[in-house]
Amino acid sequence: MDPVPATGLLAVSWLLIALPLAGAAVLLLGGRRTDRWGHLLGIATVTASFVLAVLCTVELAGTSGRSVGVDLFTFISTGRLDVSAGLLVDPLSMTFALLITGVGALIHVYSVGYMAHDPARRRFFAYLNLFVAAMLLLVLGNSFVALYVGWEGVGLASYLLIAFWYTRPAAATAAKKAFIMNRVGDVGLALAIFLMFTQLGTTSYAGVLGSVGLLAGGTVTAIGLLLLLGACGKSGQFPLQAWLPDAMEGPTPVSALIHAATMVTAGVYLIARSAPIFDAAPVAQTVVVVIGAITIMIGAIAGCAYDDIKKVLAWSTVSQIGYMFLAVGLGPIGYAAGIAHLLTHGFFKAGLFLGAGSVMHGMGDQTDMRRFGGLATKMKTTFVTFGLGYLALIGFPFLSGYWTKDAIIEAAFDRGGVSGYLLGGVAVLGAGLTAFYMTRLMLLTFFGKPRWEDGVHPHESPAVMTLPMVVLAVGSVAAGFVLVQLAPLADWLAPVFGEPEEAAAPAIPPLVVSVLVTVVVALGALTAWVFVGRREVPTTAPARVSLPVRAARNALYADRVNEAVFMRPGMWLTRALLWVDDRGVDGVVNGIGTGLGGSSSRLGRAQTGFVRSYALGMLGGAVLVAGALLAVTAG
Amino acid sequence: MTLTNYLVLAAILFTIGAVGVLVRRNAIVVFMCIELMLNSVNLTLVTFARANGSVDGQVIAFFVMVVAAAEVVIGLAIIMSIYRTRRSASVDDANLLKY
Repeated sequence: MDPVPATGLLAVSWLLIALPLAGAAVLLLGGRRTDRWGHLLGIATVTASFVLAVLCTVELAGTSGRSVGVDLFTFISTGRLDVSAGLLVDPLSMTFALLITGVGALIHVYSVGYMAHDPARRRFFAYLNLFVAAMLLLVLGNSFVALYVGWEGVGLASYLLIAFWYTRPAAATAAKKAFIMNRVGDVGLALAIFLMFTQLGTTSYAGVLGSVGLLAGGTVTAIGLLLLLGACGKSGQFPLQAWLPDAMEGPTPVSALIHAATMVTAGVYLIARSAPIFDAAPVAQTVVVVIGAITIMIGAIAGCAYDDIKKVLAWSTVSQIGYMFLAVGLGPIGYAAGIAHLLTHGFFKAGLFLGAGSVMHGMGDQTDMRRFGGLATKMKTTFVTFGLGYLALIGFPFLSGYWTKDAIIEAAFDRGGVSGYLLGGVAVLGAGLTAFYMTRLMLLTFFGKPRWEDGVHPHESPAVMTLPMVVLAVGSVAAGFVLVQLAPLADWLAPVFGEPEEAAAPAIPPLVVSVLVTVVVALGALTAWVFVGRREVPTTAPARVSLPVRAARNALYADRVNEAVFMRPGMWLTRALLWVDDRGVDGVVNGIGTGLGGSSSRLGRAQTGFVRSYALGMLGGAVLVAGALLAVTAG
Repeated sequence: MTLTNYLVLAAILFTIGAVGVLVRRNAIVVFMCIELMLNSVNLTLVTFARANGSVDGQVIAFFVMVVAAAEVVIGLAIIMSIYRTRRSASVDDANLLKY
């Protein structure tokens, strides 16, 4: 169905993107002059965007087809390629726009307090605004090219923000790692777009998704797999998951906004947006599901073994996005469930990261959980908001995660057959592991005896930081119920994904699934209490540990595999190329140069300064010319 | 008197001039040898002009004389100045301009 032209307020929905972009431009070009009020401008632009997004959503809900196109200008027009820049305002894009601007605005507010003592706070807000603008372009664009521009924009913003403290070697390295691993995925996305253009001659959503049926089966599968590669890179999914935990080197608000709530979910958005492609390519869809299931386990296992509070949360993000991939890979029954989990995850994971930031703020930038303990009484607001986020994440009954994660697990079982039970089992097991590592995190941080380093005096963060945490905690509690029960997201998204369909006969009754998941979660939490809560926690991690623990601490050796399979051969290749360039190409060029130089200097010796030898040369030459003329005329 | 005699004479004069340029060191003598070569060419030009019954060769001969006169003026001036600075008129002594 083609989007109808925009009218009224929706016609200026480009302001959603333009406002934060203008904010970033002012802050970056304005320099030190904007230092004093830069953060306020940053908050103002994103908040204005949020208000506009709310108004646009209300207006969109009133239109008949709930799919509105906004044409802006011709972007690329050359030969057969005609890309016009425009926006597609529909329930899916506006849902994301609300999440991005809403959570974005809260995190902007939080950053005012968190970055208060950083001399480069203005630069920080400039990058954050840039990120919000790029992310909005990513979700609002009406073609895969527009999405790609936003895709690269958020990649750039992510790079700049991970390396925000670029004087720290770890941060600089992490930023490069993130950028390069994202590049691998971006190649897949770019190739998918090229393929669409050569096969269909268009890259707009309406054009591509409407004519999937015209393509050969193999082509659709190829496009699907290439899109999936792009999604895996951006979302930190297997096999490109290793960059996300390292990205925690950036400031904590960045981790909350970019590496938990919004950017890393872009892969889920991409797959959901390309739903008709994946629906027509069962092979690609199966690969999505498998990658989701593998990533759930990788993230959950690694999360159990890390001691760095932010890295545990990062692995948890990897794992939760695995759930979303699993959901959108299941096809029509899973799209809405995946997006719903994405939204609730945006709330509680952002809240958890902000809570972790608050803890770090009070503990002198310590991130090692073995140095926390007993903070529940010292930081009451942080404890309560973090605790609510924790309960929402592990799926405590009737909180956000319970509704949305259960929906995904049910959908996985509903797939039917052996694969359905396998996927459902993985999802349930993942939920249990989630409960284990999050309970461990809670116990290490907020309970038990204090294990603080000397001279650390934990204190609650200022109101400018706790207020966003409170708002997000409310969201963590209520969002799931609202999105699944009160005003089902599936109905709102129906214009994009079609009417929600109920499985004819659920493989397992929903109630049984709920009870099963809750029991497994309780078991996970109990195990954590048995292993961590009951005992004294050593302040340094035990060195002599079993093989599985060692593997988990090394994130299942993903870095080493990458190093052995990609990095080393890559280095060999570059070294070989360098050698060829040095010896081969440079050799030829330098050889010609030296040869000419040597021969000419030798030739120069003939210039002796003796006039008579020159005269002899001239005479010889004249005789030669005369002889040649005679030979030609005579012969 | 046939055409050949003039041409043989011109060739002999040219050869004397060329050999003189190559073997003599005194700049004045080299100079005179150059004049000798020029005039042998003039002789050739005039001979062919006469044989062909046109005045073209004679006109060119005049041009050569004019150029030779100008060249003598400049050449002698250069030789004079070299002699003043180096106290020698040998062309082998004036060999500073080299690699």
